[in-house]
Amino acid sequence: MDHEPLIFERSRPGRVGSNLPECDVPRANAEDLLGKENLRGKLPLPEVSELDVVRHFTRLSHRNYSIDTGFYPLGSCTMKYNPRINERTAALPGFASLHPLQPAETAQGALELIYLLQQHLAGICGMYTTTLQPSAGAHGELLSMMMIHAYHADRGDSKRNVVVIPDSAHGTNPASAASCGFKVKGIPSNSRGCTDLDALRAALGDDTAALMLTNPNTVGLFESDIVEICRLVHEAGGLVYCDGANMNAMLGLTRPGDMGFDVMHFNLHKTFSTPHGGGGPGCGAVSVKQLLEPYLPVPTVVKDAESGAYSFDHNRPKSIGKIHSFYGAFLIAVRAYTYIRALGPEGLRAVGENAVINANYVRSQLQDSYDVAYNSPICMHEVVLTASRQKQQSGVRALDISKRLMDYGIHPPTNYFPLIVPEALMIEPTETESKQTIDEFIKVMKQIAIEAVERPELLKGAPHVTPVSRLDETLAVKSLDLRYEPLFEDEG
Amino acid sequence: MATTPEDLKYSKTHEWVRVEGSVVTIGITDHAQAELGDITYLDLPEPGRVLQYDGQFGEVESVKAVSELFSPVSGTVTEINSEIVDHTEVVNEDPFGNGWLIKVELSDPSELTQLMTAEDYLKFAEAGAH
Amino acid sequence: MQRRGLTNNVAYISNTDTDRQEMLNAIGVDTFNELLAPIPPAIRWSGDLPVPPALDEHSLYRHLSSLASRNANAEQMLCFLGAGIYDHFRPAVVGALSSRGEFATAYTPYQPEMSQGMLQAIYEFQTMICGLTGMDLSNASMYDAATGLAEAALMAVHTTARDEVVVLNNIHPNYREVVKTYLRSASLKYVEVSPEEAVQSLNANTACVLTQSPDFFGCIQPLSDISTAVHAVGGLLVVESDPVALAMLKPPSQYDADVVVGEGQSLGNAMAFGGPLLGFFACKKKFVRSFPGRIVGGTVDLEGRRGYTMTLRTREQDIRREKATSNICTNQSLLALAATIYLSALGKNGLHRAADLSLQKAHYACSELCKLKGVSMIFPDRPFFKEFALRLPVIADVMNQQLLKHGIIGGLSLESYGPDLAYGWLLCVTETKTREDIDALVRAVDDILVKETC
Repeated sequence: MDHEPLIFERSRPGRVGSNLPECDVPRANAEDLLGKENLRGKLPLPEVSELDVVRHFTRLSHRNYSIDTGFYPLGSCTMKYNPRINERTAALPGFASLHPLQPAETAQGALELIYLLQQHLAGICGMYTTTLQPSAGAHGELLSMMMIHAYHADRGDSKRNVVVIPDSAHGTNPASAASCGFKVKGIPSNSRGCTDLDALRAALGDDTAALMLTNPNTVGLFESDIVEICRLVHEAGGLVYCDGANMNAMLGLTRPGDMGFDVMHFNLHKTFSTPHGGGGPGCGAVSVKQLLEPYLPVPTVVKDAESGAYSFDHNRPKSIGKIHSFYGAFLIAVRAYTYIRALGPEGLRAVGENAVINANYVRSQLQDSYDVAYNSPICMHEVVLTASRQKQQSGVRALDISKRLMDYGIHPPTNYFPLIVPEALMIEPTETESKQTIDEFIKVMKQIAIEAVERPELLKGAPHVTPVSRLDETLAVKSLDLRYEPLFEDEG
Repeated sequence: MATTPEDLKYSKTHEWVRVEGSVVTIGITDHAQAELGDITYLDLPEPGRVLQYDGQFGEVESVKAVSELFSPVSGTVTEINSEIVDHTEVVNEDPFGNGWLIKVELSDPSELTQLMTAEDYLKFAEAGAH
Repeated sequence: MQRRGLTNNVAYISNTDTDRQEMLNAIGVDTFNELLAPIPPAIRWSGDLPVPPALDEHSLYRHLSSLASRNANAEQMLCFLGAGIYDHFRPAVVGALSSRGEFATAYTPYQPEMSQGMLQAIYEFQTMICGLTGMDLSNASMYDAATGLAEAALMAVHTTARDEVVVLNNIHPNYREVVKTYLRSASLKYVEVSPEEAVQSLNANTACVLTQSPDFFGCIQPLSDISTAVHAVGGLLVVESDPVALAMLKPPSQYDADVVVGEGQSLGNAMAFGGPLLGFFACKKKFVRSFPGRIVGGTVDLEGRRGYTMTLRTREQDIRREKATSNICTNQSLLALAATIYLSALGKNGLHRAADLSLQKAHYACSELCKLKGVSMIFPDRPFFKEFALRLPVIADVMNQQLLKHGIIGGLSLESYGPDLAYGWLLCVTETKTREDIDALVRAVDDILVKETC
């Protein structure tokens, strides 16, 4: 595929790419209106035609892999199919062209949707209520830590400043806890890849604010001791937070609220099929048990019991405050709501079932060619393999296997995570992929395992067919190139 | 593994110490630089800073990893290797020589006995490698 | 009730019953339930989840359409609301290109060889944000302007090793609330002052001053004195600004701002009831190791071909965990992409023209409204861009209620924003409003005032 120049390199002085109206009001001099001292000189932006724009970004799109293009078994990211009806409903002018500050009585449909989605999510995870305000999973974690902090403070229990986190956790967990001023206490996993109960007991005390736990954990394993884990933390006076990144494994099969968790975040952009958008936007909705409800961010959406009218409630004295400019990613909520209503209870359970079957099928078919982390006999929605064997045999690493997959037109699994598994390859097929697609993937993975022994150099030099080959990431750090400098060269 | 000079002392956190009178030179081992990969950034203390034995004194970064540096001795920083700050590749290329990091005036020379010999360090590093 | 076999097929699930049975056989289990062995029976869910039954696609669309139809929106009414979210013109190419599945259904570009399209677009986005703000570097975007401001304050706290953040009270109240939440949770000091008190409130503990221009009321703020003063005490100047206004206004770099943040929704993204939004974050080069969020850099591949990759990754949470510069692991790529397409399509001349049209029309609307009896400007001495605050002879909420009957979504009632803002009304006029639209607003306001003040 040819190199695509930067849009700035296509620019020619005087070229125009949009049709704006003529000024139909009496014109005043901008200098008189704004003050000469407030006006700028040059504006370094490109000058291109509409056709230039269409070609440029279409060509860029051809240089981007996506779920629409092919299989994307990226563990922990739940790259499932993003239904098109979601896009259609989110584009309805009654949602997309709605201003957040218009009177509540002119936005009743939007408020009702928020209210219903909050209820549905709470029902799906077994909690009391939900807020849709966090913009991402990490934002939901941060909010949860804020609410846990407020909860303890409200009870006068101010010495609780430790958050316990297993070593298998996503990096956002410790980062979010630390952002709230908590000390992070890590605990090791046991020989089965799950939480070590003795280590947990030893870590808990009267300074414990919370445990942050991912279930199923990042090794793709269900924490079978979860009820006891939650009991121990509660006994110590702490709360239990569920990182809901892996909720797809549990839909309709089990509910975090029933396990004993007090608060959890959802990734609507994972479990509820809203597109990842190349990194965002997402929504990290947070569901809570009743004990944390007073601390939810403002405003909340309430329904008047008599009139049935919806409105915002800003007057919540114990709230941790605001965490978003307005109410969160509403159009993401529209998509997730559409998805839940398309599936219903039966369909949601089918998601959980097929996600678990697909992952276990991959595990069963690849366990001879690769080693399964912790030799786990059953996984949930994802399986973690390790390329330790390949590394020892021929120096081929998880990274090389990942890059070689690209040559076969498949996106690599997550690699080098979780940190506790050396040479990790974390595979999450998701429920939307067919046996046919997964069989193709299995065939390719087996082929790569053979190549790793017979032609290791082929893997170490991969990928060979992508628009660019491996990039010099050291150069990218040492010789920083973060913007197109020629655009600024004639600046004073 | 590449050379591990016999005349140096080693810490469990992969720093080396060259003793020359009361001032010691500190760097990271060949094993440490190999584990990190291409080093892209060094965060070193200002001269004059007082270091504690086993206390953090800086950071070394590669593209995808960060390692904290721990002082194998107590004392005061007298000099940092300003040559390498903009040429971090020297630490990869010559970790025991031109890639040294800092010099420290010792405040407690007895701490040196807690460090490992080259032979012990080699065993330690190999046991820790996956 | 005991659940029978597996759930029936649905459109988004590709496996057939035969596929599932073959896979279960290959796994070596007789029934699906054997795969649930790790889940203790006491916490298995066996009933239906408490959500309504499934809808077929046509019924689903009708249901969502009916919810949407209960919202008055800017396509069927004239919307004069602003205050952070703006009804600017969005060329068709923006939606057509940014909605392409290759962009929309991709993950974060951790594998650069397969993500050059999005990476290059983000690099272009960073360049354009640098162009608008005059800053040296821009990250790949933030959740929204409010969290961008909060992250700027936290960065200032970390780089100056100070714990006090001075916040001007003419910043959007929602943004101030978000900053307050973030600072409170990190046990940092939030000091809110008026622009007049700003200089004297600074001291050796001041990490930064947060400012906004154009401010919440649409006024252009002189920030040079505050800039000099905060730098004199060793703190940073953080400026929140409107990217469309920056097409005309002096970039904050020219009064030595250290960080410029803002809301990029105006750049081709939908108002969307306030989300998702597009925060931007740009700063001086000296903060290259401490700024929050992702950034894309240019480099070369093994064959020496130009390519793009996420860089400076060691600041981030997945590597540094509890010592990360921020817990953020997401950016708003798709909205940043839309902004890049928008800024390409409008370009140098188009963006300036959109800004100038907004400026002209807002001033026309303001002067026409101020001709009405009892209507006056709250800040007559300050230059404004596309928003202006008026004082009405009636409560603005009453005015807004009446305007709805005329097919107009009025401005923001400032009644609850402070005692000195009683009867206040904040209006926004962009290039999407014609002279006829503005005249219709003025006539409607006139009618309503005649009725309400009689």
